Amino acid sequence: MADPLLRVDNLVRRYGGITATDNLSMEVVPGELHAIIGPNGAGKTTLISQLTGQVMPNSGTITFAGRDVTGLPSYRRSRLGLARSFQITSLLKDFSAIDNVALAAQAHDGHSFRFWGNARKERHLREVARAALERVGLGKRADIVVSQLSHGEQRELELAVALATKPQLLLLDEPMAGLGVTESARMVALLKELRKEVTIVLVEHDMEAVFALADRITVLVYGRVIACGVPDAIRGDEEVKRAYLGEQHAVTRHE
Amino acid sequence: MKPKLNASNAVAALMCAALILLPVYSAATGNIFILTLFTRIVIFALAAASLNLIMGYGGMMSFGHAAYLGIGGYAVGILAAEGIGSGFIQWPVALVVSALFALLIGALSLRTRGVYFIMITLAFAQMAYYVASALSRYGGDDGLTVYKRSDFAGLINLSDRNQFYYLCLACLFGGLYLIWRIVNSRFGLVVQGVRSNEQRMQAIGFHANRYRLVCFVISGTICGLAGALLANNTDFVSPAVMYWTRSGDLMVMVILGGMGSLFGPVIGAIVYLLLEELLSQFTEYSGLILGPVLLLIVLFARGGIMGLLGRMRRG
Repeated sequence: MADPLLRVDNLVRRYGGITATDNLSMEVVPGELHAIIGPNGAGKTTLISQLTGQVMPNSGTITFAGRDVTGLPSYRRSRLGLARSFQITSLLKDFSAIDNVALAAQAHDGHSFRFWGNARKERHLREVARAALERVGLGKRADIVVSQLSHGEQRELELAVALATKPQLLLLDEPMAGLGVTESARMVALLKELRKEVTIVLVEHDMEAVFALADRITVLVYGRVIACGVPDAIRGDEEVKRAYLGEQHAVTRHE
Repeated sequence: MKPKLNASNAVAALMCAALILLPVYSAATGNIFILTLFTRIVIFALAAASLNLIMGYGGMMSFGHAAYLGIGGYAVGILAAEGIGSGFIQWPVALVVSALFALLIGALSLRTRGVYFIMITLAFAQMAYYVASALSRYGGDDGLTVYKRSDFAGLINLSDRNQFYYLCLACLFGGLYLIWRIVNSRFGLVVQGVRSNEQRMQAIGFHANRYRLVCFVISGTICGLAGALLANNTDFVSPAVMYWTRSGDLMVMVILGGMGSLFGPVIGAIVYLLLEELLSQFTEYSGLILGPVLLLIVLFARGGIMGLLGRMRRG
């Protein structure tokens, strides 16, 4: 197996008496789509937030591309090539779609202490942004203000913003959350395309999507990894069935 | 982006034309009072515009912005009192000291958000107020008279009413142009992005506070310039210019005119100071009228006067 792109060792994060991440270790190898599943409250979002630096762990280490990033703030990790999308859509609501994406491109194009030139006229930033929007199918909606976009479009925009930072690793926190059937199908198709280019960690509740997309699946319960393996192995894992899948009746859908 | 022809832009253009032609009107009618009043208004418009840069575009509710008016003013006053009358020294000093003060306040207060930020900027401004009150060598509580206006080696005579007015107006237009460039630049987009969603900006790779701090310093520096103008205008500087109610006045001008709109603070300053002047002829309690007006604006017209004008076209 290749050197892992991301390695998490003995990560612990407590909130008061609750241990949201409990001595968690995992690896993500380059090129894979690694799904993380688990019941509500399993600590999936907390884990993602620690990986991207919004939340700092109490102990443990996070290594990204061979570098210890545990103490780095989120903007530094982004520069190293770690990008995330948010479970609850988190965009610049009063900016247009293309501005959102262009800013992400700008963040990775030198410093922004430039006070004079009109940033909206910088052609290469606009082109990168437009390409990312086309990629997720929002090419025609570039100039619409985010608050006027539909929920599904905002989810796609989240992805475009992450892509514009040219990530090595894309952390997607429930990209399908709140999407309808057609929108979900579009998102799955999109992720199938993206996975060819970038390593992805996918947190998702939609089991159909997870089993269709993932190379490997890690199952979290109460902040602990209870299983990790290829989809077939996870589907057959007794402990997983008991802890999680049975409750969601997801297995039956695939049999 | 080409400027669009709509109500708010039309008003802004008219306003600029009126400000430029005001001395002509004043000379034709012999009404000197209006020129004096508008010189003051233009200076406060510049201060309000600088506050708008951090408050409207940057989302930083500074409740201590009058401190820079005082610092700019005291820089001029103290240097004049010490026998340094050249504006070429006084004004750069005013700008640099304001910038340094903003850097200090910003570095400390930008660690906080929301109400705490408001309180800490207020606290710093009040500290500046009390320090100025304690400067017994420079008048202390009573303030400091500036016996001679800044001297620009004969290039411009600040004691000439018209020349001084146009100097103030040039500073206002220059300040607005600078702010307009900044707002549309890479830097400006980052600052506005941070106002909109700080977490998102961090996640895509921006060190948000660094940009906020620089914005805070630029704003303080521009306000320091307004302070230097103000001291020359009144031939006097006292701790009262830094009092928290002054900071409040500036905030009201920005909110009244329209936060995050380039010309909002200018129209806000004009309306606020004209109302204050008019009302003071009828009553001592101008606040009784101004207060409810502000309340109505905040409740029903979030974008201030500029916002209302903008809505006229769409609605």
